[in-house]
Amino acid sequence: MFPACRYSLQARRCVGALKAVQAEHVAPQVYSTRSSSSTVPRITTHYTVYTRNKDPRWEGVEMERFADEADVVIVGGGPAGLSAAIRLKQLANQHEKELRVCVVEKASQLGAHTLSGACLEPSALSELIPDWKERGAPLNTPVTEDKFSILTEKYRIPVPILPGLPMNNHGNYLVRLGHFVRWLGEQAEELGVELYPGYAAAEVLFHEDGSVKGIATNDVGIAKDGSPKDVFERGMELHAKVTLFGEGCHGHLAKQLYKQFNLRENCEPQTYAIGLKELWVIDEKKWRPGRAEHSVGWPLNRNTYGGSFLYHLNEGEPLVAVGFVVGLDYTNPYLSPFREFQRWKHHPSVMSTLEGGNRIAYGARALNEGGSQSIPKVTFPGGMLIGCSPGFMNVPKIKGTHTAMKSGMLAAESAFSKITDENLQSETAGLYIPEYEEAFKKSWIWKELYSVRNIRPSFHSYFGLYGGMVYTGIFYWILRGKEPWTLKHNGLDSAQLKPAKDCTPIEYPKPDGKISFDLLSSVALSGTNHEHDQPPHLTLKDDSVPVAHNLAIYDGPEQRFCPAGVYEYVPLETSDGMRLQINAQNCVHCKTCDIKDPSQNINWVVPEGSGGPAYNGM
Amino acid sequence: MHRSSEVKHVASYLNTRGCECFGQPCESHCPVLTDRTIHVQLKTFIKIRVKPDRTGVVTDGVKHSMNPFCEIAVEEAIKLKEKKLVKEVVAVSCGPQQVQETIRTALAMGADRGIHVEVSGKDYETLGPLQVSKIFAALAKKEQADLIILGKQAIDDDCNQTGQITAALLDWPQGTFASEMTLEADKLKVVREVDGGLETIKINLPAVVTADLRLNTPRYATLPNIMKAKKKKIANVKPADLGVDVCSRLEVLKVDEPPQRQAGVKVETVDDLVGKLKEAGRV
Repeated sequence: MFPACRYSLQARRCVGALKAVQAEHVAPQVYSTRSSSSTVPRITTHYTVYTRNKDPRWEGVEMERFADEADVVIVGGGPAGLSAAIRLKQLANQHEKELRVCVVEKASQLGAHTLSGACLEPSALSELIPDWKERGAPLNTPVTEDKFSILTEKYRIPVPILPGLPMNNHGNYLVRLGHFVRWLGEQAEELGVELYPGYAAAEVLFHEDGSVKGIATNDVGIAKDGSPKDVFERGMELHAKVTLFGEGCHGHLAKQLYKQFNLRENCEPQTYAIGLKELWVIDEKKWRPGRAEHSVGWPLNRNTYGGSFLYHLNEGEPLVAVGFVVGLDYTNPYLSPFREFQRWKHHPSVMSTLEGGNRIAYGARALNEGGSQSIPKVTFPGGMLIGCSPGFMNVPKIKGTHTAMKSGMLAAESAFSKITDENLQSETAGLYIPEYEEAFKKSWIWKELYSVRNIRPSFHSYFGLYGGMVYTGIFYWILRGKEPWTLKHNGLDSAQLKPAKDCTPIEYPKPDGKISFDLLSSVALSGTNHEHDQPPHLTLKDDSVPVAHNLAIYDGPEQRFCPAGVYEYVPLETSDGMRLQINAQNCVHCKTCDIKDPSQNINWVVPEGSGGPAYNGM
Repeated sequence: MHRSSEVKHVASYLNTRGCECFGQPCESHCPVLTDRTIHVQLKTFIKIRVKPDRTGVVTDGVKHSMNPFCEIAVEEAIKLKEKKLVKEVVAVSCGPQQVQETIRTALAMGADRGIHVEVSGKDYETLGPLQVSKIFAALAKKEQADLIILGKQAIDDDCNQTGQITAALLDWPQGTFASEMTLEADKLKVVREVDGGLETIKINLPAVVTADLRLNTPRYATLPNIMKAKKKKIANVKPADLGVDVCSRLEVLKVDEPPQRQAGVKVETVDDLVGKLKEAGRV
């Protein structure tokens, strides 16, 4: 592994790409067995790294899977997946055709793994379900006021939000996205969609001609050491004419599909940010329902992308959704997004709102920052990618739900005619639907993403934040993104860290227990849990790399970027030195480690279904 | 009619307040029901909030799932069925529409049919072990069950009463806190976990058994079984149909969060400790 900083930007990008290819996750059946060295304690036991074919403990275990057929299988019960399901059923009813649509979702109930600000643009919803208001969609808080500030350590500089700027939210709604997803699920069920929460799609299945055949759900009953338990049950296979993958940002199956079908050959690598969020019940006197506040600046320096949001929700009690986003292309391995968030809350302008209030929820999730430059090919034989998985987030607006929903709808519309055509002669066993890519390029998603494509990359100059704001002012607000050039990103986020010795540790203040809190009590609020006796789902390709590389060169950045305290470097019991301890039960499924690991050694795979956070309206 | 040594039916009850399980050996050719109750309760590791009006906890949007002891009870009934010692397993639950999901999980594990006793709104909030026991007793008689298996207690209210009250209402023997259960002819041998160790008793059928942790390890409800369970029947019944009045005899006055744990104080010497104890009026 080459320390990235020694090379020029160009070479760094090549190295980054090489690392990505080397580290890319291949289909589970094709794993090479790598054993950790004898001095390194064994951490990874998952069958995606250590195949079961050659494992003597699995001899004689029945591995046959029950298979079922559907017309469409959708992986992921989020806004994109559910919009696609609803649209398919609407079309089926309209044309009086029978269509079996199955949605598999790893959370125990819809909305439990959903986390977002969120400020929803109702455009896609109004297209999908025009009478959403009568149907009781939980869009209870129209935005009445937008506030934008640049923060310094003590002061707040207000920035006027003129109409036309991306941060203008007139016409939008502040929502609790988990509740919205739950409502979408109810609409889907009414239309006859089969929803299966608690069952994770763990494996992509392929026809002999290489097209996607469907998915297989996770096996259950594997012990922590990788051996089968008495209650071992194989997952189930769901075959479909076309499979839609809506796993959200940085999906683990999508990762495999990129490699399998070379979907990323003509786009830039995706760049990400991590978003941390809390829900607070505040003092009624400080509550301003409908106000959407955003800030940039302190505590991040001008070269670290990020900012905050504070939304006053109107749902009966004085509730605010408060959160902080940090771009994952940050360079200092001592940076801890969680602690930046906690520190930010102590700013006088934020404390004035939160003082006297009570924190009732916490969570975190990675989000896309790549915009139109990072969108891969979204259609391949047998399947399509929808939602934040390929990544349609409008970065300066920090809104991705409306585009995710629209992409689901477009996928459904493009697929419908082909699926129901009885006389269709398809070249591949799994249907190939290039119409989806065309429809998406002609839609308002593409127009919107194209017009804001240069805003995020404009932060990469020496002027950082300020350069970006000036660029936005001139090229977006005045010229509406019509400039003929397209700026590039910096390459993979995982390649951006500088070695620890070249950086200064950051002194974070201790949490005071009233406004800021420690990591473990925060993780407890996320309600996350996993069956403890299962192989850790944060798998390492090589168990020796964390100490030899991540700790040695970067001082173990995973201890700091994981918002759930999964990774800990602890001293070895018997000798000198450290080992990596993975507390897989804490995982909140944010995917940050898979994205930011400088060695790209961590591969997040899906744990047993129903495990993970238990968000309620996050 | 020759008395069959087989317990014909096993019924499971899904209960939102307590686990109840009952069954009775049938002397005639009519089916015997062993009931097991599955308790629907709030998932353990979710942070629970007290409602602003202090009448209870916030349950809206919080994931409800089968009580772990009830899962063990369902598993035991299905094991009996697999050993061909019982004929039918019926899963029962009392509560609003959402308990149907939990009944389906029991059906996916292997129960044959379900009974949903509809209790919603205010009645559901005040539903307690006494009312549930009355419902189960009525259902046991109606379905002519042989054996009722419930979880020993619900993990949201920790009452540990429903099994016992049901047995008393039916005047049936009870084997509570079962860590082992064997059917021998028409008698049931139950090994109970008690404070002093393990107690083995032999009780006649029909009987009520409540499941403790070590009785078995429940199987997973796999997706193919969940899909098949959609075809199994769940009957809807109202408490009034069973002649049961669900009016509560208890009124909850107030629900509070546990008091915040006060920070401890470190003292340097024994004298300091004694001084602090005196200050606090403890000595």
